[in-house]
This record gives sequence, structure tokens and C-alpha cells, in this order.
Amino acid sequence: MNFTPPLLAPAYPEIFLLMALSALLLLDLVVPDNRRFLTYAYSQLALVATGVLLVGGATGHVFSTFGGMFLDDPLARSLKVVALLAMALVLAYSRTYNQRHGLFRGEFYVLTLFALLGIMVMISANHFLVLYLGLELLSLSTCALIALQRDSSVATEAAMKYFVLAALASGLLLYGLSMLYGATGSLYMPQVANAIASGVADPAILVLGLVTRRAGLSFKLGVVPFHMWVPDVYEGAPTAVTLFVSTVPKIAAFAFFVRMLVGTLSPMVSDWQSMLVIVSVLSMLVGNVTAIAQTNVKRMLAYSTISHMGFLLLGILSGTVGGFAAAMFYVVAYVLMSLGAFGLILLLGREGFEVNSLDDLKGLNKRSPWYAFMMLLVMISMAGIPVSVGFFAKLSVLSAVLDAGMTWLVVFAVLMSLIGAFYYLRVIKLMYMDEPSDISPLVAEADHRILMGLNGMAILVLGIVPQPLIDLCMFSVTRSLGSG
Amino acid sequence: MSMNSLYLTVPLAPLAGALLAGLFGRAIGRTGSHVVTILGVAIALVASFFIAQDVFAGHEFNGDVYTWIATEGVAMHVGFLIDPLTVTMMLVVTFVSLMVHIYTIGYMHEDPGYQRFFSYISLFTFSMLMLVMSNNFLQLFFGWEAVGLVSYLLIGFWYTRPTAIYANLKAFLVNRVGDFGFLLGIGLVLAYFGTLDYATVFSQAPAMAGRSIELVSGSPVSLMTAICLLLFVGAMGKSAQMPLHVWLPDSMEGPTPISALIHAATMVTAGIFMVSRMSPLFELSETARSVILVIGGSTAFFMALLGLVQNDIKRVVAYSTLSQLGYMTVALGASAYPVAIFHLGTHAFFKALLFLAAGSVIHAMHHEQDMRHMGGLRKYMPITYWTSLMGSLALAGIPPFAGFFSKDAIIEAVGASDIAGSGYAYAAVLAGVFVTAFYSFRMLFMTFHGKPRMDDHTREHLHESPWVITVPLVLLAIPSVVAGMVFVEPMLVGQYFGHSIVILPQDDALHELKEEWHGVAGFVLHGLQSLPFWLAIAGIAMAAAFYLKWTRLPGLVQDMMGSIPTLLRNNYYFDRFNEVFFAAGARCLGQGLWKVGDVFLIDGALVNGSARLVGKLSERIRRFQTGYIYHYAFVMIFGVFVLMSLWFVRV
Repeated sequence: MNFTPPLLAPAYPEIFLLMALSALLLLDLVVPDNRRFLTYAYSQLALVATGVLLVGGATGHVFSTFGGMFLDDPLARSLKVVALLAMALVLAYSRTYNQRHGLFRGEFYVLTLFALLGIMVMISANHFLVLYLGLELLSLSTCALIALQRDSSVATEAAMKYFVLAALASGLLLYGLSMLYGATGSLYMPQVANAIASGVADPAILVLGLVTRRAGLSFKLGVVPFHMWVPDVYEGAPTAVTLFVSTVPKIAAFAFFVRMLVGTLSPMVSDWQSMLVIVSVLSMLVGNVTAIAQTNVKRMLAYSTISHMGFLLLGILSGTVGGFAAAMFYVVAYVLMSLGAFGLILLLGREGFEVNSLDDLKGLNKRSPWYAFMMLLVMISMAGIPVSVGFFAKLSVLSAVLDAGMTWLVVFAVLMSLIGAFYYLRVIKLMYMDEPSDISPLVAEADHRILMGLNGMAILVLGIVPQPLIDLCMFSVTRSLGSG
Repeated sequence: MSMNSLYLTVPLAPLAGALLAGLFGRAIGRTGSHVVTILGVAIALVASFFIAQDVFAGHEFNGDVYTWIATEGVAMHVGFLIDPLTVTMMLVVTFVSLMVHIYTIGYMHEDPGYQRFFSYISLFTFSMLMLVMSNNFLQLFFGWEAVGLVSYLLIGFWYTRPTAIYANLKAFLVNRVGDFGFLLGIGLVLAYFGTLDYATVFSQAPAMAGRSIELVSGSPVSLMTAICLLLFVGAMGKSAQMPLHVWLPDSMEGPTPISALIHAATMVTAGIFMVSRMSPLFELSETARSVILVIGGSTAFFMALLGLVQNDIKRVVAYSTLSQLGYMTVALGASAYPVAIFHLGTHAFFKALLFLAAGSVIHAMHHEQDMRHMGGLRKYMPITYWTSLMGSLALAGIPPFAGFFSKDAIIEAVGASDIAGSGYAYAAVLAGVFVTAFYSFRMLFMTFHGKPRMDDHTREHLHESPWVITVPLVLLAIPSVVAGMVFVEPMLVGQYFGHSIVILPQDDALHELKEEWHGVAGFVLHGLQSLPFWLAIAGIAMAAAFYLKWTRLPGLVQDMMGSIPTLLRNNYYFDRFNEVFFAAGARCLGQGLWKVGDVFLIDGALVNGSARLVGKLSERIRRFQTGYIYHYAFVMIFGVFVLMSLWFVRV
């Protein structure tokens, strides 16, 4: 019996991040409370170094290691880079907020980075148990993050809900995995794919497994009917955590949806396609329509997220390489917009005061035209109005669906985004046309100001020249999935 | 410097000038503004000269500079097509523009909007150059709309005057009608050729000649005729052909330099240029050319008649412009595209000259434009007088002035043409010669000859205009005299235009002219013995008789004519008709649609109705979010259950 050590190179970024994390745990012990900035800077540095490893090691080819459980391909690399960037922005935006709300502690950074590690593992999973591992790492860290303000009853309630429902979703996922294992005799994705393609697997068990597994993953995306936790958690969690929950995990969920459905289940395309149609239609309907009735800005954005995830599914369900690229474009665009929106809400908050009501946005233009303009960009992008990245995101998923021949679905989606435009435009109206109740100008740290500006400009610039991002998505998807 | 960057320099230099004067006008001041804009246009002129040399040495260019959008079906480029036709237009545009820029220093020196004005005219120069240098329909349309925009801005330059605002709105609306046709034409081209590139369209056009389309089901129309007529509708708007001519006389509300540059020499000739550029298409539709002949002929004659009754010096020149545009249009209809461009060029010089001379007079008269209050200005303003005289002789078509060659060639070409409508057009342009000579010399005599009729105060201050005004007059007078002699042979007989203009052999109206060509002197001699020359002499003689010798005669003649002068003074009631029928009708229709369609149906039922519906639905769905964790779990499990049952039923 001999033992060959696994090839470590493809997993260097993850390994490095884990080591950096462990060091952070130790470091945090010796950093006094008034020098907490060190922890923050260290975390950002760790992110940058991981990013350098990711980009530096990118080859444009597909590798697998750890006995085929871990996959390193262009799709994984680019999604991880996006996740890292988003994470860096999350940390930067939330710094001031955390200082004001007593969250500027080592735990916040340790937990978010662990969640990020989970996400990176999910993105690269080529074996269902590795996926599960990443997912749980993410779920548990998220749950702890939500409960970080442990004396706030709203936050504790939200954390409780998230924990119970996530456990339920995990249960469903595991149940589905066991079905899959029973039907195909393996949890390696390529082997599962072979077994299904060759027809030895029992279709009934496969479908049963498909439904439950998809339910488990849908929970992470927060699509109907697995969306109920989203508004409560968005509202209850500290805004800094909401900022995290609403952005980075979606990237992992997207990656996994695509890998599972395309990599392993492509023979069953008609089954999962029609399932996704139902879920996507419901998400767009419930998300957009309910958002109208919200007066709490975080809840409104929560419903808006639900509808965006419905749109994202449109790209996936078209079942073509172009559709997956479109969905990837959508997820990147969504992350950008969500970062911008919550970044601004974080900024509006003050010592012991959180922005909750939509009315708090009133007259923002008078208080700070620059930030009002940034929010305007975010809102028109979310509504999908041209000259913003959101327009191209919607356009590309819709044209993918159109190519798949589902015209009615496109019409429905356009109608839904029309309804959606109402509540996005209402925010613009509040900011520009109403009188502010509080006239103190906004003050923000330089880094927050610059990053907000970059974020808004990215939305605008990618809306004018979307081609590089489209090319990147197309490249990642075709290189990684084209052959599969 | 490579040729490509030279091509780019031509439009970009005026654009840079326009931006500098427009955005930083306050910072760089009045002098700074006119220096940068004049420099920009001068660079464009010099570059155009070099390009012209290169082109006539045999280096034509057709290529894209920048790709704007490339979709699966169509690619939209910014590109240049540099050939003899283009460089001719480039030289005319930049030269006249430069003259007008210099002239403006003197004419506008008291105006508070000095920098704005310079910025606009440079912007115009840029737009016009983009239009003529384009190698595709999209950029053509861009230039087309951009010159329209600047024209709108400049007609309303004195925006505190209600008449100026009325005039620019009118110009804008009437041009919209033309542009709508133009856009439809471009749309048809795109639909059937699948590209907007000139070269591709022209090479495929002969293959498409036989195709017909059904615009109204059951009645097929030739595709080429439909495209050509729609494109020509655009030309009718921009080049002010009847019945879309109504905006041009009113455009005289703008400052005189722009009347010269935009509403006489360049922009209004864009339609003529466009049709010449599209000659490979227009050659394929005889029907379209017949329509062009009739419309051009009508404009040439009936607009000339209107010039007889005007007393506003600028309006006389404006109606003469309309009539001359009619002449060019007739030449297009007769397939004599080179002649149309030839006349376009000579007209640009002598008409810009006449406008600027009129402006010089107006300037000296303290913005008095009524010729009845002028007279005898010859001795006060000698340079303006002599240059005006040259311009008028050119306009009347007296040899050897420039206008004689181009106008005579048009008449010859129409005479040689035998498609439907050419007889009518021939009669119209022939009769037009007499009228043209009459009104142009009526203007000259009323302004510069006879007894001074202005008040004493004005007379005491009369003096020749400053050099910035007179130098452009002199510089424009030179080509007004010699351009005809120099260019008649290469343009009409030689191979000046090369392949840039396509004429089918059977349509070649210039054929006869070419066969009987005996040099410039021969052409002049022939002209002296032909009818148009004597008609022009008769017109001048009659003007002299009416306005120099027996000055009571015009009144008597008017009384004898009955209601005709009234008809003419009211512009054949075109404006009245438009106001009553289109304007009032459209307001009525709009009112109805607003009350019934918008307020009641759309706002009441559809918009507010569906908004209420969504709002109610929203309230319902919201109640699902109870906040109880067991409800949430239930929804999840129920969802899984429903999906599972659905699939088990199917499997």
C-alpha cells in the first residue's frame, strides 16, 4: 500500500486562507480593543493575498485534485475572485458601522472569513460531500454572524429562524444526496453523471432526489417557496451582516446550481428545467409584488433579492452555455448592486441608530448629492434601466430564455420587472423630490467614500461597456462546462 | 502625418473649436473664442486641400474608423468615404464656413452671445463634415440630424424674440416630416440590404432593381422607387422643396451669417448632396426621378415668383435660395448629378456672398431690413455694392460669371432628358431664369441705386463695413466670378467625379453637351445665342425699367394683376393651410386623445387600475409572512411536497 500526497496547487488559495484564519484567531487574542483596526487590516490583507494566489495561479485549464473531489477550473477561479472582491467591499463598508454598533470585534472577521472559505469550497466542489462541507461551514458561520448582537432580541430571533430553517434545508439536501447515492452508487459528480447518462439509475428515485436536493440549495438562493427567512433575516440581522448575507453566498449558490444541474444532471434537463420555471416565476411574482407593500428599506431589498434570484434562475433554466454565462453575468451584476445599496444604508446609520424606514432616505439629494446619485445608479440598475449593468444583466438572461423558446416566460419576466420598477423608482422619488426630515450632511470616511464611488461607477461603466465582463463569463462557462 | 489621421482632423478640428468656445467661452473670452474656432475651421480647410490633392492624384479612401455597435445582424461604424464628390463638398463647406467665421467677428461684435454663436457655427461645420464624409447611412443620418439641431439652435439664437422661437419651432417640425421619410428610407435599405454601408448597398442595388414590395397589401411597389422616394422626402425637408419649403423663409430670423452658411450655402444643399451620393440607387428608379423633376421644377419657378413681392432684403435672398435649390433638384431628376453638384458649389459662393452683402447692408443700416427704406447705398458702401453686383450677375446667369455655367448646364440637361415630367421642368426652369434676373436686380436697384429713402440719422452714420466683413465679401466674390470657368470643363465633360457618381448610359443627359463641347469659350458663345441668356437680359432690363426709370410702374402693374400679388405675398397660402389644417387639426386630435385615450382609458383604467390591482395583491401576499417559524417551515415542506407530487404524476 502506498500513499501519494494529493496535488495541493489547485487548492492553494483555500489552504492559504485557512492558515491566515488560524493566525487571525491567535492574533485577535493579543490585540487590545483599541487597536482593533489591526484585525481589520489583517483580514483585508489576507483577502488580497488570497486574491493574488487565485489570479496568479489561474491557468485557464481544468484540474481536479484530492482524488477528484476538488475542482479547479476557470469558472471557479473567476467566481472566487468576484467573491473575494465582494468580501473586501463588505469588510470595508461595514468597518465604520461595526465601530459604531459594537461589532468591531475579532469574531466578525473570523466568521466572515470562515464563511468565505465555505463559499470557496462550495464553488470548487466536485463531490457532493465536499459541497455539503462547504455549505455547512457557510451556514453555521452565517448563523453566528446574525446572532452577533446577542442582546438584540430581533437579531436573536432572526438567527434562530435561520438556524432552524437552514437545518431543515440541510436535511433535505442530505436526503436528496442519499437518494442519489442509492440510485447511482457514487457521490462523485462525474460518476453520477455517467450513471444517469447510461440509464442504470432508477428515474423515480432520481427525481425524488432532484426535488429535495434542489430544495436544499434553493434555500441558499432564497427563492420561493424557500424564501421566508430572507426578509426576517435581512431585517433582524445587523446591517453589516445583511450586507454579507445578501451578496457573497449567492455566488456560491449560483456556482453549485450550475455544477449540479449541468455537470451531473444534464440528461434530466427537461425535469429540472420545468421545476426551475415554476420556482422562478413564483420568485419574480412574490418578490416584486410584495416589495411594493414594504415600508422597511431592508425588507424591501430582501424581496427585491428574491425577485433577482428568480431572474438569475431564468438564465440557468435556459439550459444553454449562453444562458449560464448570462446567469453568471447576472449574479456579478446583482452582487455589485446589492453591495451599493446596503453600503449606502450602512452609511446612513449613526451611533445607535439604524436606517430602517424608507422615509429615512427622504431628501437624500439635499443632504448629499453624491450619495444620492450613487443610490440612483443602484436603483436604476436594479430596475434594469439602460446605461446600467442591470439592464444588460436582464437583457442577457431574457435573450437566453427567448432562445430556449419560452416567449411567454420572457413576457412575464418583463411584466414583473415593470412592477419592480415601481418600488425602485419610489426610492429615487424619495431621495430627489421629498424634503428631508433630517438635514445633517452625511459624513463618511475616505475609504468608504472612494469605494462607494467606484462601486457606482462600476455599475455605470459596465452598463456602457459590458463586453469585457460578458467575455469573461462566456470564457469561464465555456471552458469549464462546455465539454461537460 | 498619415492620410487617415488627416481625414480625422477635418471634422475634429472644428469640433474641438466648438467645444472650447462652447464650454470654456467665458474663460477664454471673446477673442479667445473666435481665435480657436477660426483656427479649427482653417485647419479643416487646409487639410481638405491636401486631401483633395491626394484624391485627384488617385487615392480614394473608404474605410471605418471606429465601430460603435456590432450586433449579430448589423454593424454600425463611423467611417469615411473620401472621393471626388466628398472632397468637393469638404472644400465648399470649409471655405464658406471660414469666410462666415471671419465675417461674424464684425457682424456680431456687439452681441452678448458672441462665444455661443462661434461655438454653434463650428459645431455646425463639424456636423456638416461628418455628413458629407460618411461612408454609411447611419453616420449620414447622424450628420443630418446634427446639422438640423444646430440650425434649430441658430434660428432661435435670439431666443428672447417670439418670432425667432416661432421660426425655429417651425423649422424643427417641418424637418421632422422630412426626416421621418428619410429614416423610413434608411429603414427600408437596412431591411432589404441588411447593411448600412454605402459600398455594399450600391453594389447590391442593381440586383434589387427588379424587386417589388407591398406597402399596402395587393398593390406592389418597386422597392427602389419606394426607397428613393422616401430618401427624397428627407431631401425635400432639408433642401426645402415644395411643399416642405415653408420653414426656410422664416429661418431668416436667425443672424445673417448663419443664413449665409446654413440656410443658403451648405446645410440646405445636404439634400442635393445626399441624392447625388445615392445616384446608384436613384438611377434605378425612373419614377422617383420624375417626381424629383416635377417637385424641383415647381420649386424653381413658384418660389422665384415669391421673390418678386418681398421687401425684406433677406427674404428676397431666401426665396432666391429656394428657387435655386429647385434648379439643383431638377438637375438631379434629369440624372445630371454632376451639374447639380456644380451648381451647388457655384451657388454656395455667390449666395453666401449675397447674404453676407445683405448682412453688411443691414449692419450699416442699424438692423433695418426693409428695402423700401434703403436706396442709393452705392456711394456709401462701394465694396459691398461691387461684390453684390457680381453676386447678382452670377445669380442671374450672365456669362462669364459662375452661375451662368451651372445654370445653363442644368437647362441643357433638362432639355435633353426625356423621362416623364422633364417637359414641365424645362418650361419651369426656363421661365425661372427671367424671374430670377428680375428679382435679383430689383433687389440690387432698390438697395444701392436711386434716391436714399432712409431717415437722416441713419444716413449720417452710413459707412462701409469694417475689413472683417469686407474681406470675406471679396474672397467670396472671386470664386463667384471664376469658379464656373475653371470647373465647367472637368466637372461636366471630364472625369472629375470618377466613380463617385453613377449615371446609366441611357439616362446620361449630359451626353449631348459632351459631344458638342468646344471648350469654355465655345460654351459661352453658345450661351450668348441661346434663349436663357436673353431671358436673363430681359429680366434685368425690366428691373431697370421698373425700379430705376419709371418707379411708379410697379404699383400700376400690381393693380392690374388683381389678386395675384396678394396670393404671392401670402406664400400661396401654404402657411395658412398648415396652420388651419395641420396645426389646428393636430391640436384637436391631441386634445381628443388626451381626454379620452389618456386621462380616461390609459390613466384611469389601465395604469391606475393595474396599480390598484398590484397593490391589493401585494397586501395579500404580505400576510403570508407571519413571522412564525413553523409557518415558514411548513411553506418549505409544502413546496417540496407539491413539486414532488407534480413530478411523480408525470413520471
